[in-house]
Amino acid sequence: MAKLLDIRGLKLEFRSYRGVVKALDGVDLAVAPAEILGLVGESGCGKTITGMAVLGLLAKPQAQVTSGEILFKGDDLLKKSEGEMRALRGREISMVFQDPLASLNPVFTVGDQIARVIREHKGVSRSEALEATRSALSATGLPDHGGLLGSYPHQLSGGMRQRVCMAMAISCDSHLLIADEPTTALDVTIQMQILRLLIGLRDDRGVAQLLVTHNLGVAAQTCDQIAVMYAGQVVEQGPTIEVIKRPYHPYTTALYGCLPQGKLAADLSTIPGSVPDLIDPPAGCRFHPRCTHVQAECAAQKPALIDVGPGHQVACHWVGRLGVVPGERMHA
Amino acid sequence: MTLLETRSLTVHFSVKRGLTRRSADVVHAVDDVDLAIEAGQTLALVGESGSGKTTVAHAMLGLVKPTAGQVLYRGVDITRQGGKQRRGMARELQVVFQDPYSSLDPRMTVRDIIAEPLRVHERWKTQQLNDRIAQLLEMVGLGTQHLWRRPHEFSGGQCQRIAIARALAVEPRVIVLDEPTSSLDVSVQARVLTLLEDLQQRLDLAFLFIAHDLAVVASVADAVAVMYLGRIVEIGLAAAVLSHPLHPYAEALTASVPRPDPEERCTRAPLAGDVPSAIDPPSGCRFHPRCVCRTDLCSTEQPLLREMDGRLVACHTPGYAADIAPADLSASNQTTQHDAPGRPAGRRAAGVESPSRSAPARRASRP
Repeated sequence: MAKLLDIRGLKLEFRSYRGVVKALDGVDLAVAPAEILGLVGESGCGKTITGMAVLGLLAKPQAQVTSGEILFKGDDLLKKSEGEMRALRGREISMVFQDPLASLNPVFTVGDQIARVIREHKGVSRSEALEATRSALSATGLPDHGGLLGSYPHQLSGGMRQRVCMAMAISCDSHLLIADEPTTALDVTIQMQILRLLIGLRDDRGVAQLLVTHNLGVAAQTCDQIAVMYAGQVVEQGPTIEVIKRPYHPYTTALYGCLPQGKLAADLSTIPGSVPDLIDPPAGCRFHPRCTHVQAECAAQKPALIDVGPGHQVACHWVGRLGVVPGERMHA
Repeated sequence: MTLLETRSLTVHFSVKRGLTRRSADVVHAVDDVDLAIEAGQTLALVGESGSGKTTVAHAMLGLVKPTAGQVLYRGVDITRQGGKQRRGMARELQVVFQDPYSSLDPRMTVRDIIAEPLRVHERWKTQQLNDRIAQLLEMVGLGTQHLWRRPHEFSGGQCQRIAIARALAVEPRVIVLDEPTSSLDVSVQARVLTLLEDLQQRLDLAFLFIAHDLAVVASVADAVAVMYLGRIVEIGLAAAVLSHPLHPYAEALTASVPRPDPEERCTRAPLAGDVPSAIDPPSGCRFHPRCVCRTDLCSTEQPLLREMDGRLVACHTPGYAADIAPADLSASNQTTQHDAPGRPAGRRAAGVESPSRSAPARRASRP
């Protein structure tokens, strides 16, 4: 199937006073229509940056894309002008952020904010925009009772605010939704409501999604595909069940081992060391200083993504050398 | 041995309202809470935000004054102590907060941060102070090379270790951990949890562990108390409460944790609605507007904590939520149900009746 979003070899740097931060180092990702791709990894691994790069939201003089392309419906977004990107944002691709209170404008009512997006993109009348706003809100489970349209963000609960953000994101029938940790600021019960909503948007409206999360549980419950990132590189990607049940990359396995799932704290495994400084990242595989299976070539050469199963790819020299049989689980 | 306990702890806050600020609303933050922390054990306090977990912790530390009830440390009411005795108790009760960046003074060095409680409670010479600080840093996995750095130079996990070292400095018996790992990555969280477990073993510490992540709670807690809108709805041994919750809220909470297993995707409907306002809490059982197995009794009479299956539960119809919870609702159905707890849809209304009808039969069949 043709990919809706296809990121190829994306390299991105930030100029800072300390030096050049090599934030993304050759990221390859693809999202098919009506599919949820989960982007997981620790803080600072480049998940959010990837999402922001797609929308062209990174500050220009500091953030520089040095190579690669971001194809959306076949067009390279990096070649588009700011005006063209403006027309695209909110219309074709929209984004939901982690903190709904910070991403809504506190001095405008909910109705005004959503209607404005619709009027901007569709050029409809005020009353038509309000009608569309109502239907977008009810699609996210917020029927307009008791003047929700006229209320301000601070009057709503966290879960309702996130629904408002999602209503704004789907109000112009976007094909791709970038959800950046949409449930991290919410309680588990509300998190489950929002995750169901994301799944509903995929199933009922065919909205493809790039779901950025650090929570493997959220990814496992929601996503069709998972890409694991580490220090600006995709180290493993594939169907959710493959990546979680049969992980190959030592980092994926280690990350999974850190989950307190039914284990006593004393039995939790940990990852030695810490996330590297991306101004001076480790050569070769960026995970090699913390890896339990490190070999000489790991420090010398960046591993390429190799196929280990249907649609399941891993970037690891160790896995490559073992010549694994696809589908066979290696780690206990 | 019980170190720290609360007896009918009640904390109400008054919120001034209106232009003249004359009339006041009362926030029922904590109502009638009995908890006991045993020496060397971990008691976890779980619930959604706004359920009063942190207020309970603050009252236990003496940071807020209870409206009614008592907080006893080794049998002595801490709220009635002043001066020297209060200071002696403060030494034994320490705290680690959720956000390490805002709980550490950005202008102090690590050495000053850890030395501060020692300066308050001890009159040590510099050499003795230095030795103790070095020992504490080593205990939490840091070293003397970190002494002269400031908090912004550290990662979240390292800052949390500094906060733990500060709490340990005066050799407390009880440490209140208010969401100590919720701002950390899973890999860092695992290391902090292992550290806490190790320190508890070595120093025989008691923990009050506040968390909303039940997977974390399951890995550290000996006992668990589930709070909802200021009241305890279920309390007992962690193994019992987390694996077979009897209160419908505790059940919904455990079922809401996303399991990292794509083969076990959760199909039941999520708990609808939000936590109501604590200014005007619902009558009877405070959970009844969101409950799947409510009966008429639930909206009129407040259930008391009763013993059942080796734990205490405050529910008129405990133990049925898992059977009744509407399962396999697609997201589109779920959205129509949301925010309409007063008018349950057909499937849920059918479920509501079943506990009262079939209760005796089901109760008999329980092991």
